[in-house]
Amino acid sequence: MLSFVAQRIVKGVFVLLAIIVMNFFLIRLAPGDPAAVMAGEAGASDAQFVQQLREKFSLDKPLPEQLFIYVKGVVTLDLGFSFRQQMPVAKLIAERLPATLLLTLTAFGISLLLGITFGTLAARFAGTWADTAITVSALLFYATPIFWVALMSILLFSVYLGWLPSFGYETIGGNYTGWAHVKDVALHLVMPAMTIGLFFMATYTRMTRASMLEVKRLDFVKTARAKGLRDNIIQRRHVLRNALLPVVTLAGVHSGTLVGGAVLTETVFAWPGIGRLLYEALLQRDYNLLLGVFVVCSAMVLIFNLVTDLVYRLVDPRIEFAS
Amino acid sequence: MKKFWKAMLRNPGGLIGLVIIFIAIFIALFGQMIFPNSPWRMVQRPFLPPFTNPMVTLGTDALGRDVFAGLIYGARVSLLVGLVSTTVALTIGVPVGAIAGYFGGKVDDALMRFTEFFQTIPSFPLAIVLVAILQPSIYSIVGSIAIVSWPPVARLVRGEVLSLRTREYVQAAIVTGQSNTWIISREILPNALSPVIVLASLMVANAILLESSLSFLGLGDPNLMSWGYMVGAGRTVIRQAWWITVFPGIAILISVLGMNLIGEGLNDALNPRLAKDSR
Amino acid sequence: MTVAPAVSIKNLKIALPKSAERPYAVDGVSIDLIPGEIVCVVGESGSGKSMCAHALMGLLPDTVTTETGEVLFEGRNLLKLDESGWREVRGRGIAMVFQEPMTALNPLMRIGEQMMEMFEAHNLLTPKERRAKALSLAKEVGLPDPERIIRAYPHQLSGGQRQRAMIAMALALEPSVLVADEPTTALDVTTQAQILKLIRNLQRSRNMAVMFITHDFGVVADIADRVVVLRHGKIVEEGSIDAVFKNPQHDYTKALLAAVPSMHPPVRAPLDENARAVEVIGLDKTYVTSGGWFKPDRRVQAANEVTFSIMQGETVGLVGESGSGKSSVARLVMRLIEADRGTVRIGDVDLTALEGKALRAQRHRIQMIFQDPFASLNPRRRVGQIITDGPIARGTDPKVAMQRARDLLGMVGLDAGSLDRYPHEFSGGQRQRLGIARALAMDPEIIVADEAVSALDVSVQAQVLKLLEDLKARLGLSMLFITHDLRVAAQICDRIAVMQRGVIVELKPTAQLFASPEHPYTRELLGAVPGQSSPSQAA
Repeated sequence: MLSFVAQRIVKGVFVLLAIIVMNFFLIRLAPGDPAAVMAGEAGASDAQFVQQLREKFSLDKPLPEQLFIYVKGVVTLDLGFSFRQQMPVAKLIAERLPATLLLTLTAFGISLLLGITFGTLAARFAGTWADTAITVSALLFYATPIFWVALMSILLFSVYLGWLPSFGYETIGGNYTGWAHVKDVALHLVMPAMTIGLFFMATYTRMTRASMLEVKRLDFVKTARAKGLRDNIIQRRHVLRNALLPVVTLAGVHSGTLVGGAVLTETVFAWPGIGRLLYEALLQRDYNLLLGVFVVCSAMVLIFNLVTDLVYRLVDPRIEFAS
Repeated sequence: MKKFWKAMLRNPGGLIGLVIIFIAIFIALFGQMIFPNSPWRMVQRPFLPPFTNPMVTLGTDALGRDVFAGLIYGARVSLLVGLVSTTVALTIGVPVGAIAGYFGGKVDDALMRFTEFFQTIPSFPLAIVLVAILQPSIYSIVGSIAIVSWPPVARLVRGEVLSLRTREYVQAAIVTGQSNTWIISREILPNALSPVIVLASLMVANAILLESSLSFLGLGDPNLMSWGYMVGAGRTVIRQAWWITVFPGIAILISVLGMNLIGEGLNDALNPRLAKDSR
Repeated sequence: MTVAPAVSIKNLKIALPKSAERPYAVDGVSIDLIPGEIVCVVGESGSGKSMCAHALMGLLPDTVTTETGEVLFEGRNLLKLDESGWREVRGRGIAMVFQEPMTALNPLMRIGEQMMEMFEAHNLLTPKERRAKALSLAKEVGLPDPERIIRAYPHQLSGGQRQRAMIAMALALEPSVLVADEPTTALDVTTQAQILKLIRNLQRSRNMAVMFITHDFGVVADIADRVVVLRHGKIVEEGSIDAVFKNPQHDYTKALLAAVPSMHPPVRAPLDENARAVEVIGLDKTYVTSGGWFKPDRRVQAANEVTFSIMQGETVGLVGESGSGKSSVARLVMRLIEADRGTVRIGDVDLTALEGKALRAQRHRIQMIFQDPFASLNPRRRVGQIITDGPIARGTDPKVAMQRARDLLGMVGLDAGSLDRYPHEFSGGQRQRLGIARALAMDPEIIVADEAVSALDVSVQAQVLKLLEDLKARLGLSMLFITHDLRVAAQICDRIAVMQRGVIVELKPTAQLFASPEHPYTRELLGAVPGQSSPSQAA
């Protein structure tokens, strides 16, 4: 178990290093002077800052040395300086990260719970109207662009019904404390979380349904029936437990998409997370910040993948650790 | 082949998907001849609501541009990006997967490490970074979507090839003295095709979504009207003019749905065993 | 027949879906199961024997419908039961053991938990008592180290242990009827012998009625009290074991019995004078699975100093259980996998020293016939292409190759019209004939047959074996014949090599091996072959 975690962490560090190296070359792909590119376009940079950057990144030195200096910087959590925001990139990200974690983890939890529930229902009542209703809605949500769902829910719940706040993390100037603050944040969280959640809920619903129908056919389910077990015990203990394995795998694979969804959702709802930060960096062509956020997103995905792998190993006894 | 079409057409979802995509392709090919209104030109007063002027059925946007014309022109971009980027992703993913799966050993290790690396990077942020740095254009969009979508192809093809390679008819081809190229192209790939076709149709859907998301964030090709761009442009005025965001969104939804339905129909038609219970 | 039957199946008719090739899976079958008696239901694939078993448990697939008939058990007609009525009967009144113990156990649950479910399903005992019961059951079916086994997961057990666990489960509630659906088919012959003995003993001590489904007449001879022969869903013959084996009435039964290969090898002329067709010297092959960072690698030795030769015109058998390395040796000889050490010589060419083009140029001399008639032909190529691909790659003119293919089809007993058809249009036996034609098209000197008849029904198996023998004699071929079935080996091999864990433990002329086996493993293997005590073979 420990050796597995150690192995995976080392592997993850290598992937992260590779991403950092890739970043280094990406900046050099952009047309123009890399220093100017890093400083940001459209008059955001003054000559002095560009000169600073040039020295900082040793752009006058040979490429391998530049690379080494760059990687060393990132490894020591120095992600550079955002001229536009007048703050170190690392600090900016650290400020915004909690909001993104709150949003993505809530969305992930909701979607997994509802997805598995609906998927199970659909599989149990396969062929009935309930199955059709669930399958068709899952298909629709699966095909709907996240940013559009976000806009449509604003239109419905904020503009027409006036139930929910349409942007931000908390009411500006509300100055709530204690439970009132929690409630305020929760109200702001509902729409962004549901927006991301709907897409993933659809994904997990489809996967759970398909997987359950597949497992239902397997021999050990027949064995369970031959024992005289009740149907709901068979479904829960034998079918669902086995059917969830591919869902866990899928959850790991989709962690990257989850982060991508956060970028779009945070942009629409002005949710102060790193997704929104990425959008701001994009608008201002603030490449240093953009790449910083990108590295952090990748790290998040790596951690999430590690966790899902661990969970998989815990639920499936057939996989031995370190093999 | 006949059987396949029969199965595909018997599947109501697949049939609907085929009809949707057929219409979308028709619009993309001939729409601009039938509705020559440029989507960039101001044709009416700004914020004209839909269904009030028969000349501009779906109303106008904040600059008085025809929303309907935008939909027609946008179809071309969506489908083009979807199809071309998927083709590019397949031309990367299929050889990588086939070589890794067939030769195994160190080649496999190296190629799969490479693939895993790309699969771990969150795809949408990577696409954003690539397009932003390479400057938004139809080429950078297609390229970046292809780069983020080939890894699943490689993994799927590798898995299929790995299992087909030990299949007895492949061993029979080896012992009758066939060359590696012959075996991969004649014995293995044709039999690995069906899951790849299914995946490809789902990838087109995904690429359409990715393209619209990029355009929504302002990373679309500035010279081409696209649905994502329209939604993005209309979002600040959503309280005054809902139609600017609603119609292009529906267009995206329908075409993605169409491709997904085709994917499912193909899956059912190509794997008849699974189809039986799922209905 | 003074004892009342535990279960009576009366005039059972099970209808297949409309698209099936015949209307009824089971067509008017009546069987009585009497306490203390084992009834074997025998038939070839598609005879409907498995359907009968599933009907007894109410576990028929949704695609079929029971049209008429009754299953009488304790005064009730089971076919009239609702789901909760069935639950009452399943496990408690009638229990079942399935064919494939690996897939019949839930991979995510411990063995003990799965046994305890049996009591839970019928609300019996407290959890603690259930645990104790599971342990004693594990002991009763002879599972080693029961304390550990009930905490283990299915994948940690061997095939035989898994089947014992399944049997323990089935016996948990002391059912009066046990249904066993091919319970030993997936097992090795020595394990099979043990499981058969176990079932026999348990049935005796508990006075159960047993319905035993099998396709193997050897097994029938060892275990049955009564035999029911099924064909196309109908009973063609029924009677006591002695009556059916000694004096079969129906032609089909006679044919089936005649098709079972005998344990007595026919007399064969020695071939020592002939030149050597193949020489295998000191083949080593070890599979290494990397154990990761902190665990040692896992090593499986598939071939250890394997040495033998095949004379021209000779058939050498390679016999062993699963995991003995016999298939690996076949693939090493074919150069489908690379040996760690050793030489394979064909005539005077060292096959192991060749690479690339030079190797491909020699490959035609040694050809292979595969086990699985469904996996050995590319489903997307026509028969004509399948047969001619090899010769064309060697430079034969396509027209000539096609003409040759036509002749070959005739040779293996198929008509020339088959050339334009796809493999799925053929039956298992026909596909195996196609596989033979493909191998012969290369004009080989040696044929390697890897379990080439194992997947076939016994009557088809006999035909294909005969075909192989004829062709071999006619074309002067040599053959390496890999099989797990000693009966088949007895009939076709000049000499037999017995393999165990990668080592050839004994290599002798067939008659000598059967008459005086020396190695203990050879003796165990020979002793485990089912059906040696049967009335028909006794003489």
